[in-house]
Amino acid sequence: MKLNLKIWRQKNNKSKGMIHDYVLDGVEEDMSFLEMLDYLNNKLLNEGKEPVAFDHDCREGICGSCSLFINGVAHGPEKGTTTCQLHMRKFKDGETVYVEPFRAKAFPVIKDLIVDRSSFDRIQQAGAYISVNTSGNTQDANSIPIPKQNADEAFNAATCIGCGACVASCKNSSAMLFTSAKVSQFSLLPQGQVERESRVLNMVNQMDLEGFGACTNTGACEAQCPKGISVKNIARMNREYIMANVKK
Amino acid sequence: MDKDLKMFSIGDLAEFLNVSQKTIRRHINSGKIESKKVGGVHRIPIHSVRKFLNPNESILENDFDRDINMDNKTSQSFPFQNKVPDGPMEQKWSNHKRNINLVSPANKRLIDVIVVGTGLAGASASATLAELGYNVKSFCFQDSSRRAHSIAAQGGINAAKNYQGDGDSVYRLFYDTVKGGDYRSREANVHRLAEVSTNIIDQCVAQGVPFARDYGGLLDNRSFGGVLVSRTFYAKGQTGQQLLLGAYSAMNRQVNRGKIKMYTRHEMLELVIVDGKARGIIARNLVSGKLERHAAHAVVIASGGYGNVFFLSTNAMGSNVTAAWKIHKKGAYFANPCFTQIHPTCIPVSGENQSKLTLMSESLRNDGRIWVPKNKTDVKKIIEKKLKPTDIKEEDRDYYLERRYPAFGNLVPRDVASRAAKERCDAGYGVNKTGEAVYLDFYSAIIRYGKEQAHTKGLDENNKELIEKLGKEIIKQKYGNLFEMYEKITDENPYETPMMIYPAVHYTMGGVWVDYNLMTTIPGCYAIGEANFSDHGANRLGASALMQGLADGYFVLPYTIGDYLSSDIRTGKISTDLPEFEVAEKEAFDKLNYFIQNKGSKPVDYFHKKLGRIMWNKCGMSRNKDELLEAISEIKKLKEDFYKNVFVPGELFDFNEELAKAGRVADFLELGELFAKDALEREESCGGHFREEHQTKEGEALRDDENYNFVSAWQFKENSEPMLHKEILKFESVKLKSRSYK
Amino acid sequence: MLNSSIGRKLIMALSGAFLIIFLTQHLLINLTSLIPDNGKLFNIISHFMGNNPVVQFVLQPILIAGVIIHFTMGMYLEVLNQRTRQVSYIVYSGKSGASWASRNMIISGLVILAFLIMHFYDFWVPEMVYKYVEFNPLDENRYFHELQEKFYKGGVVKVIMYCVSFILLGLHLSHGFSSSLQSMGINKGPIKLITVLFSVLVPLGFIIIAIFHYTTTNIH
Repeated sequence: MKLNLKIWRQKNNKSKGMIHDYVLDGVEEDMSFLEMLDYLNNKLLNEGKEPVAFDHDCREGICGSCSLFINGVAHGPEKGTTTCQLHMRKFKDGETVYVEPFRAKAFPVIKDLIVDRSSFDRIQQAGAYISVNTSGNTQDANSIPIPKQNADEAFNAATCIGCGACVASCKNSSAMLFTSAKVSQFSLLPQGQVERESRVLNMVNQMDLEGFGACTNTGACEAQCPKGISVKNIARMNREYIMANVKK
Repeated sequence: MDKDLKMFSIGDLAEFLNVSQKTIRRHINSGKIESKKVGGVHRIPIHSVRKFLNPNESILENDFDRDINMDNKTSQSFPFQNKVPDGPMEQKWSNHKRNINLVSPANKRLIDVIVVGTGLAGASASATLAELGYNVKSFCFQDSSRRAHSIAAQGGINAAKNYQGDGDSVYRLFYDTVKGGDYRSREANVHRLAEVSTNIIDQCVAQGVPFARDYGGLLDNRSFGGVLVSRTFYAKGQTGQQLLLGAYSAMNRQVNRGKIKMYTRHEMLELVIVDGKARGIIARNLVSGKLERHAAHAVVIASGGYGNVFFLSTNAMGSNVTAAWKIHKKGAYFANPCFTQIHPTCIPVSGENQSKLTLMSESLRNDGRIWVPKNKTDVKKIIEKKLKPTDIKEEDRDYYLERRYPAFGNLVPRDVASRAAKERCDAGYGVNKTGEAVYLDFYSAIIRYGKEQAHTKGLDENNKELIEKLGKEIIKQKYGNLFEMYEKITDENPYETPMMIYPAVHYTMGGVWVDYNLMTTIPGCYAIGEANFSDHGANRLGASALMQGLADGYFVLPYTIGDYLSSDIRTGKISTDLPEFEVAEKEAFDKLNYFIQNKGSKPVDYFHKKLGRIMWNKCGMSRNKDELLEAISEIKKLKEDFYKNVFVPGELFDFNEELAKAGRVADFLELGELFAKDALEREESCGGHFREEHQTKEGEALRDDENYNFVSAWQFKENSEPMLHKEILKFESVKLKSRSYK
Repeated sequence: MLNSSIGRKLIMALSGAFLIIFLTQHLLINLTSLIPDNGKLFNIISHFMGNNPVVQFVLQPILIAGVIIHFTMGMYLEVLNQRTRQVSYIVYSGKSGASWASRNMIISGLVILAFLIMHFYDFWVPEMVYKYVEFNPLDENRYFHELQEKFYKGGVVKVIMYCVSFILLGLHLSHGFSSSLQSMGINKGPIKLITVLFSVLVPLGFIIIAIFHYTTTNIH
């Protein structure tokens, strides 16, 4: 099949970017979206041109490296799918496809479609952990039973891959879904109780410092999250945050 | 700087005088040799050396104290001690911990450690070292340490907890791992791994890793290939992700404390050796393209495996051998490079433009039955789409694993299952257009579960539709996310039609040679996780990779490294102004600059794909002498072609993915050659290494314990062939037996 | 806390929830004007609301403060949120996931604000003038007639404006109701259903009242 690609190219953080047009013939249905870009890059390289830069690594939908805003949607048209797992059979022959980077002030563009998501790391560093040393004699893993429902809910929150689709899809570039997923995971588990209050206060504080917007509860994040993280986590974080402030 | 260059380092002087570095150090301490300290490192002025040039004045002649000495535990030709402690197997590790040197908390603050890689091994090591008080610098090429490829591990992690009460124990885990590894791993290391396995689960749960639980709130277990107990802990199909995020959170805590400095989007390009010790690295900032010098008292390589030498593998696109290969070229031995695991259940290759392969968890083999048609006419019709697999009658199907291995059936170890699939496909029974696919069929399981459900619910057990519906629900509960993934990739519904699978490169058991302390043959340079060779022998059992990565990082390296660093407490900061750093940086620069300047026309991937094809066809699931020889010469030719014709656009000091890729492929090309050489040298079949010349009449692997019961450790030689050293393996607790899963 | 993004949203949520309560009681009182008792009950309640000192000097200022806080914070957040994406998307498909109402609270909010100004001008300003400027004598029976007169006099244009405003109020509520609870940390049970019912029924009530009075008064 043949595609009209409109891809954002930007040399670096300082320069201004713009859309470049590429007509790509010979795209196969079984290609993943990233393989389609590989194919384009191979063509560009054979013409002696610089390839399009994009983030990717595991290509199994779990590492969270790949991003891309495809035709106005984070990770493209298929629900619950990362760009690397999106296949070209979801597109029509002759279709025009816009490919843009995830845009947010807190995600500055590094090059072309690659953005800097280190703000996410800093949010996690602010408190997304349980302070336990690796002594080798922490108590036995089965000494605290955890109700299956809590364990499952914590797990569902923990499946966040940190790709940033929630920020990209949000009209306010809010990182609430990302932050709340981690806050939820730990607040649901008995191990997370000791640092429960300081954790949510510090993480939200860092989230605000990074320049993410406020949550307007539109739900775009949940709809475009490749892992289907629920906005119920945001409600939980709001609760945790308010309670932590009351207790403080 | 010029003045410093005229001075000798301890390493230079030792080599020059043909004595050990320890001897030189002793003479410096006694004042017989004059030395100045520059950046925490001894520098010996030329005039102090001159007197030794006259043999009559030599004060060093009665020196028998060699760092490198012969040891009765290893072969005469193996020049390093493996440092396995004495005593009974089950006491070795605790004895060792009791006896090794420690560094006091006050002194740990003065010591820097570099960790390259942030997968399970790297992240857990970084976090634990920082907890202990060392200053850690942690490097990864990804944009965040959370993205390392450990995250993609699906199935689970083994631990000898015996929560199911099915007779599991440390010894059984140890035994299974040694046997599963086809008796090519170092016993003492494996035993230690089994011992600390239980601590890992405790630690992870304490960190908040959400393992699967049963309705009583206790941890659940599942069973994996090659063993007879349920000892695998899991978090749905995302165990690797949850464990890595646990280690990542432990790291974040230390980053927040200021004990870890994170360098993301950085790639290690050179190891810096000062006075024979690893003292730093040269890393390239992948965003700015600038080369950076980083100094430390020890360097830990946790950069994972080298499966991407095959181009198509289940590894991440960025997974590479560069860090491990660079230390190999600086003196670290590389062990058993040909031991590669080919995973039996991956989604088959669909086309020329495929960039990577996707694994379907081994847990599927618990319920899936593997088959191909019995008749070639059926195969032909299936490929031409004239026949659907579901149309083929039970008696016309060949469940070849159940036929060949009745005891373990579809749950034979990975190497056995992979080879059996290849055997059928080579014989012409492959069921897709490339002829490289077999069926993994869940229909029997659907019916079995459906009947069970109907029975417990008191419904009609003869209603076929109802049974199928109920059975599919159970299958969905167990493997829903995997089935979904399969459908996304192949556009086929695995509930209705059997999955197509084929083996693919998945894990590399070989790696950098390390001693019991996980130190390589370069003092102060360590290798942990998949990057080292030590625990899995010739074949790794399912759910053991996560266990080994975390064992090395959380519970082994942080203690054994103290033994080495205890002598470094007075060294002080290592300066990056040392000439060794300058030389290493120049080496790295020259290499990269070569690619930028090269006037080639072919992209890097062109060569990588070609290399992959040679490796897969000639060094893949089964190997023979002729093809290995061909592979070696083909890789040599490809390497020449690569340096002549590779095209890398852009600039060096800029974001440049093609440049990074070129550097990695250059190293893969060198590794590929060593890989083939190692496979050629090992004239036996064991685990993942199958030599066609060495098989039984039934086509099973034939091990040769008399001649090949050793670890092949290869020494890099500049401008000549690599040198093979053999570390003979001794089995004290487990008897050498031929592996049988029949 | 109130300086954080969550704190600001909490202020929005609390002031919004307060306005929702006000709106509900306003509707309930207005609904009494539909009872065919010639405005008797409506007049009694209106007189109480208009002359009770607690309502007049405690609740009324709180209400005005609530409106001002909700509006000001809304505008402030809008400005802050606008700054979080410096380069905007060339293609941004709002369709996937988020409703129009949720993405355009600022638009529905501004329309409601414009309506409020009109409403103040129509009802509240004359009322204040009547009571506190001209110091007219108390008349317990004037409210119902005033109501009828306002709808009649305003003509069809006013009624349409009134209806449009309430449709936008409905949209505002369709997101704002559940959103305020979410911001307060509540997301359990049939919130979605209650939100839909509330955001349909409340504006509908007001619209029915307007049309009823416009048409019935017109017939006279």
